[in-house]
Amino acid sequence: MRQRTFISLALIILLAIVCGWLALSNRTISIGSFTREVKVHLGLDLQGGLRVLLQADVPPGTTIERDQINVAKTIIEKRVNALGVVEPLIQVQGNNRIVVELPGIENPDEAIKVFGGTGLLEFVDAGNTPLTEGETIATTGPSPSNSCSGVVAQSSPTPTPTIAPSSTISPTNGITQTNAITNTQVYTTVMTGDCLETASVVFNQSTNRPEISFTLKGNGVKIFGDHTTANVGKYLAIALDKQVISSPSINSPITTGSGVIQGSFTVPEANNLAVQLKFGSLPIPLRIETTTNIGPTLGQDSVNRSIIAGAIGVFIVALFMILYYRLPGVLAVIALTIYGFIVFTIYKIGVPGLFDFVTLTLPGIAGFILSLGVAVDGNILIFERMKEELREGRPLALAIESGFDRAWPSIRDSNISTLITSAILLWFGSNFGASVVAGFAITLMIGVVIGLFTSVFVTRTFLRFILDVMPNISLWWYGVGSTPRREKSYAPTAE
Amino acid sequence: MIDFVGKRYLYFLLSLLIIVPGLVAIIIHWSQFGEPFSLAIDFTGGTNWEIVDISRQPTTDEIRAIYSKYGIRDAVPQPETLEGKPGVLIRSSEVRPEVKDQIAADLRQLLGNFTEVRFESAGPAIGAEVSQSALIAVAMASIAILLYLTYAFRKVPHPFRYGVCAIIAMIHDVLVVLGTAAIFGLLFGEQVDVLFLTALLTIIAFSVHDTIVVFDRIRENLIRLRLLPFDDVVNHSIMQTLDRSINTQLVVLFTLTSLALFGGITIRQFVLTMLIGILSGTYSSIFNASQLLVVWEHGEVGNFFRRLTGRQREVTTA
Repeated sequence: MRQRTFISLALIILLAIVCGWLALSNRTISIGSFTREVKVHLGLDLQGGLRVLLQADVPPGTTIERDQINVAKTIIEKRVNALGVVEPLIQVQGNNRIVVELPGIENPDEAIKVFGGTGLLEFVDAGNTPLTEGETIATTGPSPSNSCSGVVAQSSPTPTPTIAPSSTISPTNGITQTNAITNTQVYTTVMTGDCLETASVVFNQSTNRPEISFTLKGNGVKIFGDHTTANVGKYLAIALDKQVISSPSINSPITTGSGVIQGSFTVPEANNLAVQLKFGSLPIPLRIETTTNIGPTLGQDSVNRSIIAGAIGVFIVALFMILYYRLPGVLAVIALTIYGFIVFTIYKIGVPGLFDFVTLTLPGIAGFILSLGVAVDGNILIFERMKEELREGRPLALAIESGFDRAWPSIRDSNISTLITSAILLWFGSNFGASVVAGFAITLMIGVVIGLFTSVFVTRTFLRFILDVMPNISLWWYGVGSTPRREKSYAPTAE
Repeated sequence: MIDFVGKRYLYFLLSLLIIVPGLVAIIIHWSQFGEPFSLAIDFTGGTNWEIVDISRQPTTDEIRAIYSKYGIRDAVPQPETLEGKPGVLIRSSEVRPEVKDQIAADLRQLLGNFTEVRFESAGPAIGAEVSQSALIAVAMASIAILLYLTYAFRKVPHPFRYGVCAIIAMIHDVLVVLGTAAIFGLLFGEQVDVLFLTALLTIIAFSVHDTIVVFDRIRENLIRLRLLPFDDVVNHSIMQTLDRSINTQLVVLFTLTSLALFGGITIRQFVLTMLIGILSGTYSSIFNASQLLVVWEHGEVGNFFRRLTGRQREVTTA
């Protein structure tokens, strides 16, 4: 018994030091090829940032292939990476939604346009009259004869209003433009953007304005060459997500497979457009379902206040535990400190094989507070039982052991039921788009498991150790006065 | 020794005194506004746009004039101060990203170059989905807990009753919190948002947790004190766990009160909801769940229903 207590104590101290070090510091750990950044990942509600939920915008009854949504996710990822956001999070949710989270982004509205637009570029036969820039038109859309990739997007033939830039193609004048389709003609799509090999921003040498230079690949060279040869003198409009960017006339056949798109865009807009073209169009149109942008000040303010408030609360709880339960209270506070270290270490580095880290959100903090309460409750249950045993005149060593043994069934059953609840909530939250529910459940679950460990195993080891090194201290230290605190007239006589 | 069990109908009455006004508030709210509480955009869809550093406070008419240009006619500005700077929160139906820029430009003309603090916009579909999946999850969790408790209490007579009573006590706490939300919604226009849903989940978890601790003591005493009548066993068990119930309640109370007093304004409503729910959770463990076991043991259930009003019947059998 004695030797086991010392080994357990040594292990607990080791664990406390390692977790304390990980919990209190932010650093990058490298062990051989294993590199890991150790830090708390705050959710957007706490640190500020943009969260957008995109939903496939298809007619009811249309089935969406898993591949389509995954390809859309990959394309959005590439576009977001091109924006240079630190730690973006892009996840497929359910079978028709994509969540994009961009922490600490400065220009959320611009970002939405870049990653959210379908990015369907079409070269449209405008016939003899040029089209107006910014005008929304109807086109015949992609088909095998005008596309270069094998797969043709299954978009509906009618123009789908997407979240693509509408007024922003020419925001220089700041004039609002209506989105309504005034032009009822359906234009023939000559070639789609997937025939583009490269797209980059260049500056026109005479006007010094940005324009997009592109080269074509595969079929594109031939399609483009044939059309421009047959339609010299006519107009070829370029439309992004059904909106006309520019409408140049064909001066001479272009058979070399390269050209430029001119339009009245600013440099950032040209960059964004190039990003969209480079990574191709989304296989399915997406519609913004929810947008949440939290400014950095609001998030930071609520974090700071909550940390201070939480610290005050925990301090009062610690004080209460020590004043009420004396020595066991002190031990419980130490155990709870270790609890905090372990929990935060798990938040930071996750559990190998299960998850990499826990994103801390407001609901997550609620889960943490509840689990803290559950952990303290475990200690309270044990200490109350210990006191009962002591008052009934049991020797200290026996009282401690039976305090734990007798409290265990209620700790076990209440914790298991809480674990059942949190597991079901977690499963539902992560599968049915209720991230709030999932954020709450994950911290509750971690907290309950670790709380079981610290309030039972750690506190018990501490108490055994104290009993071993100081066997003869007064029972006052265990919260039982030399005279009974009060008459337990209601206490049932033991069997 | 306090006689808890003898006064059980008094405690049920006290619960009803809290729950019934809440239910009435829900019904009034429903008949007036078509929804049981004031639901935030998380559930109904819509946009909350919070901007700060504005040159002056806009009037409702000015805001409406701008918004209605883009087909949104229900915009309501609500003045506020953030870190000493004047700001305004504009609630409206959904502002689509396509028109956000244009409204922003118009607002800048009116209010100067403001800073966006928060922009939350939701389509109507999501909120319904979130609350629906939460409801299914809670229902499934209840069944799982019922099964687990029936198993855990298999050594005492009628193990099934413990699970049922724990769930009833949980529903009691949910009703207390929902009723309070409806009353606050009627009186102060407090809205129910996704954070409220989180608080409710916390309360549900705590309620069952707290009830099981008392039940566990009953289970132990039923075996240890076989000769005592059931009423006395329950009463003893409540008395023996009373110190623990009060202390655990205090611990949660300390944390939450400190969060309510010193925490950010964004979580205050959330914390207050939790406070009400946790108080109710401890109350229902002692005064409802355990007492219901006694009622059931005496076969007073039929009698019990007869004493209650028709509506209450729905509550207890829900």
